[in-house]
Amino acid sequence: MKKYLSFFRLRFLMNLQYRTAAWAGIATQFVWGGLEIAVFGAFYKTQPEQFPMTFQATVNYIWLQQAFLALFAAWILENEIFESIRDGNIAYEMCRPLHIYPMLFARGLAVRVSRAVLRCFPVLLFAVVLPGPYGVSAPESAEALCLFFITMILGALVTVAFGTLIYVSAFFTISAQGLRLMVTCVMDFFNGAIIPLPFFPDKVRAVMELLPFAAMQNVPLRVYSGDLAGREALRAATLQIFWLFVLAGAGQLLMKRAEQKVRIQGG
Amino acid sequence: MRDAVKLYGRYVSIHVKSLMQYKVSFLLMAIAQFMVSFNVFLGVFFMFQRFSAVGEFTYSQVVLCFSIFLMEFSLAECVGRGFDVFSTMVRKGEFDRVLVRPRGLILQVLGSRFELTRIGRMIQALVMFVYGIRGSGIVWNGPKIMTVVFMLIGGTVLFFGIFLVGAALCFFTLEGLEIMNIFTDGAREYGKYPMGVYGKRVIQLCTFIIPYALVQYYPLLYLLDKRREPWLAVLPLLAALFLIPSYGFWRFGVRRYQSAGS
Repeated sequence: MKKYLSFFRLRFLMNLQYRTAAWAGIATQFVWGGLEIAVFGAFYKTQPEQFPMTFQATVNYIWLQQAFLALFAAWILENEIFESIRDGNIAYEMCRPLHIYPMLFARGLAVRVSRAVLRCFPVLLFAVVLPGPYGVSAPESAEALCLFFITMILGALVTVAFGTLIYVSAFFTISAQGLRLMVTCVMDFFNGAIIPLPFFPDKVRAVMELLPFAAMQNVPLRVYSGDLAGREALRAATLQIFWLFVLAGAGQLLMKRAEQKVRIQGG
Repeated sequence: MRDAVKLYGRYVSIHVKSLMQYKVSFLLMAIAQFMVSFNVFLGVFFMFQRFSAVGEFTYSQVVLCFSIFLMEFSLAECVGRGFDVFSTMVRKGEFDRVLVRPRGLILQVLGSRFELTRIGRMIQALVMFVYGIRGSGIVWNGPKIMTVVFMLIGGTVLFFGIFLVGAALCFFTLEGLEIMNIFTDGAREYGKYPMGVYGKRVIQLCTFIIPYALVQYYPLLYLLDKRREPWLAVLPLLAALFLIPSYGFWRFGVRRYQSAGS
């Protein structure tokens, strides 16, 4: 365990170096958040009675989503890893006295956490300062805030577990680009990145909430404003834990299979 | 000029030939490109399962708006993709080679890439266009058809100009600027709704600073009979003028260029 923690620390510190890139990301997040809220605001003005959550909860959802984008965004997968699987450099990693699955997992987590740490504060600060219903409000309650942090960690872990599963499947496909893009699309759609899950029709939503994708950003972003509370929130958190184990288990199993029959391409 | 077109044709045919060596990968990429913007469409679709209108626009009208805007973008991107990877060209010093050849600079940069995979996006835009038209109840006549044509021309040229500015910035930064994504991918993403939806401030920005609204919002109002002034239909052509300052900026960049490669 210690080995992987120090590996995590190493990757985390390395990724913290990319500060200029972070500024560009922050600027993008401001614009995205603003436009997204403008759209939902327009729908709200047209038909407020059709809104499935309060407007304030929606705004909170959007700003928190932008602030912690790096933790949950589907497209944050390292090309370097895909490359090394394709060109065979992954062999060096496999020679080390480490298991490769937890290493990939630690690496994936490090990228997300470091990026989120660099980016979240300016966005949050801006969103808190914004007036009225367009800025982030205080959390629903102290418990909601607590649960928000817990489910955020769980959600990030589920996201990383899923991402690691994609890395591992690259061992079997060789050309992972197309696969990667498609999986990213599916994930974006089902995890509430395109529109928050409550906005889907009830029947569709009932199914979506059981999928592993709903165990990612959907839970913490809604818990914060009390849109998901009480027993429902507990159920969602339990599902998060369930999916975390299933995805990590599946990843590890698949990795074992890959290790048994991996053939390194290239010299 | 004819020479240039012929040369560009050669460039394109080479790219297509090399692409066809990897047919599966091409197909997968095209499908993936399709899915990326299809996702955005699904977002709109499900929003309208719940709401019947946004502002003064109905579902089909939004789809129509989105499809035209997406078509403009993918047309520009298909051709102008070379600008998007221009930073690599500058960093590696490949631009030096471009400079010494006796042909136009822009032509050569454009020729360095041609993205046929964007066909996935194009097809989606076309399907949505037909779908939007059928539901929007537009009575077609000469001026209306011309409006759509003007929108396509103006929008494509505008996006092309934005790509050009993004490339010219590389002369100064050597790095590709992520900020430019706001003006390209961001516009593509949020151009799905008519810009009036985003409020007055955004409309002003998109009219006077970067004229997205001239190729999207205003002509759309005319197309949907929400406003009847015929000059609204010609506004997209005005937006095409954006290319002039973009080109000026590019020229300025070229003159300031100091080789970075080895």
